Amino acid sequence: MLETSSSKEDAKTSVRDDAERQPGRKSTHEDGDVAGLGKRRAVAFVAPALALVSVFLIFPAVWTLYLGLTNYGLTGSQALNPQFVGIDNYVSALTNPAFLNSLWLTVLFVFGSALIGQSFLGFLIAWMMMRVSRVVRGVVEFFVLLGWIIPSSVSTFLWFALLDGGSGTLNLLLHTPGTAWLLQFPMWSIIVFNTWVGTAFSMLLFSSALASVPPSQLESARSAGAGAWAQLRDVIFPHIRGHILTNTLLITLWTFNTFTPYLLTAGGPDGRSEILPVFIYKLALQNGMLGQGAAISLIMIVLNLMIALVYIRLLRTREQ
Amino acid sequence: MTSLKVEKTSSAAERESKNGLATPAVRKFLGRIGTTVFVALVLAFFAIPILWLVFAPFDAHPSMNVKLPEFTLKNFAVLFGDSSALSSLRNSVVLAAGTMVIVLIFGSIASYALSRVRIPGREFLLYSLLLLSSIITGTAAMVPIFLLMVRLNLIDSQLGVILVLSAGMLPTVIFILKDFMDSTPKSYEESARLYGAKPLRILWDVVIPIARPGLATISVWAVVQVWGNFLMPFILLTSPDKTPAAVIMYTFYTQGGQPNLALISAFSLVFSFPVILMYFFVSRRYGFRFHGGIKS
Repeated sequence: MLETSSSKEDAKTSVRDDAERQPGRKSTHEDGDVAGLGKRRAVAFVAPALALVSVFLIFPAVWTLYLGLTNYGLTGSQALNPQFVGIDNYVSALTNPAFLNSLWLTVLFVFGSALIGQSFLGFLIAWMMMRVSRVVRGVVEFFVLLGWIIPSSVSTFLWFALLDGGSGTLNLLLHTPGTAWLLQFPMWSIIVFNTWVGTAFSMLLFSSALASVPPSQLESARSAGAGAWAQLRDVIFPHIRGHILTNTLLITLWTFNTFTPYLLTAGGPDGRSEILPVFIYKLALQNGMLGQGAAISLIMIVLNLMIALVYIRLLRTREQ
Repeated sequence: MTSLKVEKTSSAAERESKNGLATPAVRKFLGRIGTTVFVALVLAFFAIPILWLVFAPFDAHPSMNVKLPEFTLKNFAVLFGDSSALSSLRNSVVLAAGTMVIVLIFGSIASYALSRVRIPGREFLLYSLLLLSSIITGTAAMVPIFLLMVRLNLIDSQLGVILVLSAGMLPTVIFILKDFMDSTPKSYEESARLYGAKPLRILWDVVIPIARPGLATISVWAVVQVWGNFLMPFILLTSPDKTPAAVIMYTFYTQGGQPNLALISAFSLVFSFPVILMYFFVSRRYGFRFHGGIKS
């Protein structure tokens, strides 16, 4: 797609090709290089960004491959002279009940807060907002968006106050004095919290998707007597399938990689809300088991890669 | 196939109306009640947690629960008398501004070159960088990033945090800015060149002014991202006088003892306000579509 747009520019610029001025650079000019940048200078322009990304983004990921095979520690002899331990870290991770528990909690968290919470609620809000006045719609969208843009350490405190066991707002509203929600229902708390934070994205994406459904098709379905569900299934869903796909995969990736629940429950009590990012943080940076932490980091990067590849693949098959 | 399904449901609707359950008027009324209840529930869910942030900062006796305030501004006096709170806000400004400058400079020259010159493998480079930046997240790579910063002697350095955050954001920035650059007209550059302007001069005097909306959007996005970022400064900075507001806020309520609600409430509001303002400024000017896609 990008290729075609730039070749159009080529056609335009090559008409005015200024061969006399830059005889040696004729080919770069035909590429749409109207400022006469030239390949060498272009590479020099890209180099600083590429260097930064290579050192601080790509290198750490590649280095994890090696680190995960060592017994690197934060302190002591294992910090100075880490030993090569092969796949021991992976074996001990996969047989560690705490890791498996964390993996399971992560699945619950992603499923509950991303797929059920954010996607479903976001769609429902976008769908209902089509039938209310502009003012109501504006107010609802404003509040949904606030949860998404307030900095995470503030929004976690807001929920901290809401769910407080002593005199939290929720206990006052429900007349359940003394219920320590974060301690008694830690997983529910972080799932509902993350739904609150992230629904805005799905809502925005789905409302722009719904706006692209041709109203004439909806009208003819309605005049044929289709109820809300039939309209959804037969008119809306076929139109917005691509948006559903994009939404699902992006929020899965983001929810899987969020560290914010740590601020709310710190993984506790007793690891009952210890999703994978929190597990890695505690294992590697609090307990100093850097080698093991790196092994689990790599598992996480690979899972991210798999989610991304599924997404790219599905997009490709849709385009064909 | 579609019409068949519609027929089925329409006959179901007929059956319903034969039973006398729902005449169109009744159904419309019920629908309106349903919509109202739904809107009320959604508003309650999303607004109730926020109310604390609206009321508590102005309450003479802030507590954990939401209540109408006994109006005062003394909580802000508490905030402006607290040196660690103020220095943390300054640190947030340093991190956000530093990241913004790096991302803008590196991002704009790289995207300009990629937009105008067909370097071999350009598309592959763009897409693979974007893919890498979305799978190598701070959370997934916190262990190697931490170790790398230890090795480079950049632990407890604000520059270190700025470099890591910039590297994570640059692929997205280049991708978006390249789109902007692609859509800017090239005739100005051509005529500037005819008058003998050098490429850097053309970039500075011709391209940057045209691409200003894109650069503004990217700046706001970068600032919002860094302003709220918790994890990187949390693991990479150790001395309290370098810690940004996002991390100080967390220590305010986890330090043990009774949290100072006067300070926390005023601080939360002052800390949140700039990003809320910037967000609505940008969304009003450029629409939400752009933002939705790239907040991570």
